[in-house]
Amino acid sequence: MKYCKDFTVVSNEIITPSLFILRLQYPEALPEIKAGQFVEILVEGERDKDVFLRRPISFHDVNYETNQIALLVQVVGKGTASLSKAKKGDKLNLIFPLGNGFTIMGKKVLLVGGGCGAAPLLYLLRILKQQNIETHTLIGCKDVNHLFSKSEYQSLSSLYITTEDGSYGEKGFVTSHPILQQTYDAIYCCGPTPMLKAISKHAKEKNIPCFVSLEHSMACGIGVCLCCVVDTQQGNKRTCVTGPIFLSTDLKDF
Amino acid sequence: MNNAKKLEVQIKDMSMRNPVMTASGTFGYGYDYEDFLSLENLGAIVVKATTLNKREGNPYPRMAETPSGMLNAVGLQNNGVEYFCNKIYPKLKDKKTNVIVNVSGSTIEEYVEVAKYINTLPNIPAIELNISCPNVKEGGMAFGTDPSMTQRVVSQVRKAYNKTLIVKLSPNVTNIVEIAQAAENAGADSLSLINTLLGMAVDSEKKTALLSTITGGLSGPAIKPVALRCVWQVAKQTKLPIIGIGGIMNTQDAIEFILVGATAVQVGTANFIHPSISEEIAKGIAEYVDRHNLNHITDIRGII
Ligand SMILES: Cc1cc2nc3c(=O)[nH]c(=O)nc-3n(C[C@H](O)[C@H](O)[C@H](O)COP(=O)(O)OP(=O)(O)OC[C@H]3O[C@@H](n4cnc5c(N)ncnc54)[C@H](O)[C@@H]3O)c2cc1C
Ligand SMILES: Cc1cc2nc3c(=O)[nH]c(=O)nc-3n(C[C@H](O)[C@H](O)[C@H](O)COP(=O)(O)O)c2cc1C
Ligand code: FES
Repeated sequence: MKYCKDFTVVSNEIITPSLFILRLQYPEALPEIKAGQFVEILVEGERDKDVFLRRPISFHDVNYETNQIALLVQVVGKGTASLSKAKKGDKLNLIFPLGNGFTIMGKKVLLVGGGCGAAPLLYLLRILKQQNIETHTLIGCKDVNHLFSKSEYQSLSSLYITTEDGSYGEKGFVTSHPILQQTYDAIYCCGPTPMLKAISKHAKEKNIPCFVSLEHSMACGIGVCLCCVVDTQQGNKRTCVTGPIFLSTDLKDF
Repeated sequence: MNNAKKLEVQIKDMSMRNPVMTASGTFGYGYDYEDFLSLENLGAIVVKATTLNKREGNPYPRMAETPSGMLNAVGLQNNGVEYFCNKIYPKLKDKKTNVIVNVSGSTIEEYVEVAKYINTLPNIPAIELNISCPNVKEGGMAFGTDPSMTQRVVSQVRKAYNKTLIVKLSPNVTNIVEIAQAAENAGADSLSLINTLLGMAVDSEKKTALLSTITGGLSGPAIKPVALRCVWQVAKQTKLPIIGIGGIMNTQDAIEFILVGATAVQVGTANFIHPSISEEIAKGIAEYVDRHNLNHITDIRGII
């Protein structure tokens, strides 16, 4: 079941001028949400008349006790810029929960996130923790200022960090971090496409199932427009329904 | 007159409880929307384009947002008519609304074959012949931009199909009335218009086109003025019932199409943004009829 409902903004936490976390209150009990699923958020009306379509954003965190969700958003254009101005008390209309979500498996797994693409990993860690699965989390970001939710990650997982300028953790990219040499039952990966491809290649060589989260552009997010397709071994599949999480070996270009 | 009856409209043999339909390619197979609305509150739904054989469609990226609208280049991706008949029709046949199949093809024979298959399905009261898709290399729009081609494809399908035949027109022509009249003369029962306008979008920084196919079909509020003009012209010069399509986002937009001559309307891109909008527009039209003390919605049809 999908819902189309208003949430109320509880807080808008600015992390960097182009990165913010929205906490949103749902007026009722939240339905079950899987890690890796996303919402389609309406950015319209007073806020921005130029943004026509909804914007897909992953669940960064979900709290069933308070019925609040968190979205981690990076400003890349007009829709996300407009959302960054949301303030406490504003109403935001969301269609949710959308997409398939991560397949939970194994006893010891690695999570890899790059930039704001790491958004879905926090909620994934909570679910993995509930299932007593051991996790290592590797986050790559530009510099220390772009690091977010660090203490939350640390409370749930062994955290490893790389920064491009070396201002925190190892200097460089996630793809060269030594932790990748360990063996895992599965790898979960979110971030920019070149990173997804590099990690998938590594996972394939080591024969580890690797789940990647794709951020294809979407018009509807609910499976009806066929704009978001990805080329898979079984032909074109809708990223918003069959994905956004795919086993990397199912994807043609990976 | 009984209030509910004030909205009932007729497209040849197909009766609809209200004039609101959903546009092909924007509403999946209808059941995708049942979390958001009741299909029985709609006059009809038009399902995705169906071709003879399975089609993969165009490569990604297929979509670009544009001012007050979007471009798409889906390219008729579907599993073919047999799959529709065996796998999808059983899920749709007992829905309490009219289910219309959008029929597409690359050749006249393909259109005729698909129409023949659909003709065998008892609970499909009508087909919409898509001679206006801008996103395929062969056929598609070619049949809708040349009156003699329109005449040929519509008359051949007419021979093979004996229920309500709607022909969907392209706005990408110099004289849409000429195409409309060709379809009318060839035996169409109704005309739906408009399909998307051929357009393109460019990324100045990346120096590339935003769609894999470079050009695509423009839809949304940006095309409403063009759509209203087309409906107005065609309504004045043909006798067929017209279904108005293009940029309908709310009740006012729908009423505007009726005022310029449409008997019914289709809601397209708006479904992506407000998934229950078609149902809300149907309710809005009922309120409008009351507020303007109309005996029937058709009282205002074509008064402009
Ligand atoms: C399933 C899914 C989950 C997502 N989760 C998140 C999330 O948790 N946090 C987050 O910040 N973003 C997420 N995104 C990406 C987000 O949807 C886009 O960044 C957003 O739609 C851009 O809107 P805009 O109006 O700001 O940019 P636009 O003005 O539309 O575009 C500005 C620029 O950004 C690029 N762009 C637009 N959309 C995307 C995209 N989907 N991927 C990459 N580049 C894009 C455009 O090419 C353009 O150059 C997700 C996308 C998908 C499909
Ligand atoms: C993503 C998308 C897919 C479409 N697919 C079809 C199709 O398969 N067949 C068809 O006749 N029209 C198709 N159309 C056109 C619509 O049915 C409609 O004519 C057009 O979008 C204009 O209406 P709108 O502005 O309300 O969207 C499609 C439109 C969109 C946006
Ligand atoms: S975004 Fe419309 S089908 Fe996926």
